[in-house]
Amino acid sequence: MPDWMTDLSVWLRVGEILLGAMVILLPLLAVVAYYTYAERKIVGFIQMRLGPSRVGPRGLFQPIADVLKLLTKEVVLPAQASRGLFLLAPLAALVPALGAWAVVPFDDGLWLANIDAGLLYVLALTSLGAYGIIIAGWASNSKYALLGAMRQAAQVVSYEIAMGFALVGVLMLSGSLNLAAIVQAQSGGILDWFFLPLLPLLLVYLVSGVAETNRLPFDVVEGESELVAGFHVEYSGSAFAVFFLAEYSAMILISALTATLFFGGWLSPLEGTQIAQAVPVLDSGIHWWLLKTAFFMFCFLWFRGTFPRYRYDQIMRLGWKVFIPVTLIWIFVLGAARYAGFTG
Amino acid sequence: MLNEYLAVLLFLLVGAGIGVAVLLLGHLMSRRDPDPDKLRPYECGFEAFDDARMKFDVRYYLVVILFVLFDLEVAFLFPWAVALEEVGAYGLISMAVFLLILAVGFAFEWRRGALEWD
Repeated sequence: MPDWMTDLSVWLRVGEILLGAMVILLPLLAVVAYYTYAERKIVGFIQMRLGPSRVGPRGLFQPIADVLKLLTKEVVLPAQASRGLFLLAPLAALVPALGAWAVVPFDDGLWLANIDAGLLYVLALTSLGAYGIIIAGWASNSKYALLGAMRQAAQVVSYEIAMGFALVGVLMLSGSLNLAAIVQAQSGGILDWFFLPLLPLLLVYLVSGVAETNRLPFDVVEGESELVAGFHVEYSGSAFAVFFLAEYSAMILISALTATLFFGGWLSPLEGTQIAQAVPVLDSGIHWWLLKTAFFMFCFLWFRGTFPRYRYDQIMRLGWKVFIPVTLIWIFVLGAARYAGFTG
Repeated sequence: MLNEYLAVLLFLLVGAGIGVAVLLLGHLMSRRDPDPDKLRPYECGFEAFDDARMKFDVRYYLVVILFVLFDLEVAFLFPWAVALEEVGAYGLISMAVFLLILAVGFAFEWRRGALEWD
């Protein structure tokens, strides 16, 4: 037996990590469940409806009923589908969407892993999520599913580039790929957050985030009026539930990253002022991170309730002909500003 | 440092475990009642008249090739942006020249209509 296997401290550390993973993932699942409730309520109110209101007071138990329904429904394995890939696809979508949470800093010192390549890891995992959808579309052996997967591949690939360029802007200001260091580089109050010098990149990042997660108005991948349900048309029951989990945790992840990269993560907007020192709630802490993340989560639903769906060629044009030139020019501007002596 | 990466690895495993658990739970809690019509691919109620794995537009390949090009560019920019303090004016100008060359290529693709979708 190698030395480390008998070393108690190694196993203690493993236990600590597993516990930490549970402390992050289980609340995340609960948030996903109630995010769907919030979505139906908010979109309902935007459209002058009540949304779910029957299960429990104000429909509050609706997500629980939904989970039970999804778990007890039959998982149909289409006869012509590739069975192995068909069951692998939901996992291939879920693991990256959950995995990126390992490096998200929630508060100063409050994170599971503080790796120096944090942003690179997150970018890599958010891109890997596309594989789940492409595998699902291929394995289903259904026309709608394949069309959805094709659209998804081209769309994600296009917005990936704009997203990467937007992150380059963040790196130019922070000088680090470490997510906690990026937050610390924004300390000093609301005017020191990166959203001000990076405003065009923030918009590109946010819209690309909506496109990468296939949310309205960019949901041509699953658009129910065109492709019925796109890549997951053949999925039912718990296999569908896994795709659902993946999509919603990816949305929450993009919200959390926007808050972390552009809006100072756990930092308070009043940081360093006397008011913040006098009133503890106004000082930096995890509640600011939660508040900012919740705001961007709300934005996802707000967009859904407000914008009509884009046409596919419009989506591709926006990605290639607007976002890529805008980000490239802004990187030039940032570089020139740095050269001229502004520290951003 | 390896310690931190161990955390990431274990986290990914826990994430996969949650996915497997949901699938297994669904398998245990649901009943299975297959019949030939249910197992056919969905095509708005019609019988599927040919294989779904059909030919698709060559433009998808073009977009993916362009993607590889630009993603490499992003991969070059990442370390450069992190080391912006150290590379100084020389690094800044080198990257400007590199980006200009790529911008010329991008303009060429644009003019040739590689980015059109209609």
